[in-house]
Amino acid sequence: MVQNIIDVKNLSKSFDISSKEPGLKGTIKHFFRRQTKSLKVIKDISFEIKEGEIVGFLGANGAGKTTILKMLCGLIYPSEGSISVSGYLPFRRRENFLKNITLIMGQKQQLIWDLPPIESFYLNASIYDLDKFEAKKRIKKLSEMLEIDDELFIPVRKLSLGQRMKSELLAALIHEPNILFLDEPTLGLDINAQRNLRKFLQKYNKETNATICLTSHYMKDITSLCKRVICVHEGTISYDGKLDLLLKKLSPVKEILIVCRSEEDAIKLENSGFTVKNKIKNEITIKIENNSITSSLKTILNNFDIEDLFINEPPIDEVIGKVLIKKDYDI
Amino acid sequence: MNLRKYLKVYKKFLHTSLASELEYKTNILVDLITAILSLVGSIFLLSIFFQNSGYIGGWKFEQALIIQGIYTILNGITNTWFNPNLSEIVKHIREGTLDFVLLKPIDSQFFISFKKINPSGFLEIMLGFFLLFFCIRINQINLDLSFLTLSLITISCSICILYSLWFFISTTTIWFVKTWNAIEVLRSFLYIGRFPLSSFSFSLRILFSIFIPIAFITTIPSEVFLGLSQVWKILLELIVASIFVITSRKFWLFALKFYSSASS
Repeated sequence: MVQNIIDVKNLSKSFDISSKEPGLKGTIKHFFRRQTKSLKVIKDISFEIKEGEIVGFLGANGAGKTTILKMLCGLIYPSEGSISVSGYLPFRRRENFLKNITLIMGQKQQLIWDLPPIESFYLNASIYDLDKFEAKKRIKKLSEMLEIDDELFIPVRKLSLGQRMKSELLAALIHEPNILFLDEPTLGLDINAQRNLRKFLQKYNKETNATICLTSHYMKDITSLCKRVICVHEGTISYDGKLDLLLKKLSPVKEILIVCRSEEDAIKLENSGFTVKNKIKNEITIKIENNSITSSLKTILNNFDIEDLFINEPPIDEVIGKVLIKKDYDI
Repeated sequence: MNLRKYLKVYKKFLHTSLASELEYKTNILVDLITAILSLVGSIFLLSIFFQNSGYIGGWKFEQALIIQGIYTILNGITNTWFNPNLSEIVKHIREGTLDFVLLKPIDSQFFISFKKINPSGFLEIMLGFFLLFFCIRINQINLDLSFLTLSLITISCSICILYSLWFFISTTTIWFVKTWNAIEVLRSFLYIGRFPLSSFSFSLRILFSIFIPIAFITTIPSEVFLGLSQVWKILLELIVASIFVITSRKFWLFALKFYSSASS
């Protein structure tokens, strides 16, 4: 049986936030008498993650995804509740715990700006107490997986964003961690760079059985990497489960565009009991529920003279967008 | 603590920061010229003070030069290690890159205190030593083992006090986010360290001994050089330095509990 590697129980986090009224008067008031209030950004959440799982954290900006990730890797102290990651209390940041995890943030970088990435890799290798031979071996292996070669010897400031992100990944993975926390790793990357990064993460997960916790606003990252998603809404978990189940629940109906051989066939189809969205000459769009799609298509193909048909999936961003604004999904 | 690992990491720090700095040759050249001009200017200023009377606070010009020498060494150390590293703490906290430091299996205080090095500060350290050797000759100081040991102890204590003060102020960034001004105030106070403590009024002497221990930083090591220092003063400097180092360490560990990381 696969063991839980992350165990979170009744976790909450509050921050003291100061607010300021607009205008000069507000600024002066804010300077002399700062009004702060405690804001609960994470509210009593519980979940478990199994070893080797890739879990996507979904939520709108400010929902609390990054705060959860930062508590999991031990950067910030929880206000209430308990967290266990790989058997450790993350916020104690024990050496063996830190050797097991890594954090990659799409909008922040750890590489030395003026030097080629290879210098940062060897620096990290010495921090993780790897000898030169082992470091060289790992750099070679990871650079092959990431398809970076010449870039290793070019100053970071001269690299493109995609090349820099690949180098960031290599720097963050040189110690071969078995838990990866990725906070919007594909932020700002072009489509090809995003795809390459996803491909790499899939491969890394397959080869090392590493557990990956990921937040991203690019739905493609989530759909191609994560079987399971945790939706966060205003600090609470609104859904925790399989992604495909969530998608089925959110879009129970598929639209099918059918091109009939003749307009007569289209009229016959229109009157055969299917829910019709629209009809233009010999082209007709019908709506079919996901669970009856195979049988319905069989009926249509057997009974009507069909020239072509297209199944239109609703745009994933649109579907997931519904999650970000809704509080509860009971599936 | 694995000393071998820390030495290895420090070697890498030295290598990477030197390589980074050497990318900008002109900048290093300007820094070197600034260091030389700053020392010449300080000595000139000191000589103006001594022009009318041969003594200030009971110190001759040749003796006061020792304080200038020690100040130059400490300023060199500040520019080589403290300034490039401890000023970065503010940036790390404001931009949230302290996250990367805290998630490394290495002491975070060591990492942020020693990661960078500014090679142009080395020239200032060398100039300071050169001035000190010159003062040893003109003041006819005997170079024996006890003198060298005491000098080394008091200068090391001064470095520790200076580091801890700076680190302490930088740590408060975790709550206040921006503390550049406080660091600038500290640097301005350090300029006072170029003059003998006895040249100030009683109230200022109290201020610079107790609240902002500038006196411990330059005057006591200089007194050791001139054979004027008493044992209790040296012991007191040792105690003050230990308290500063321990307190700044404990304060850092305490402050980290309040680190909330920058939002993404």
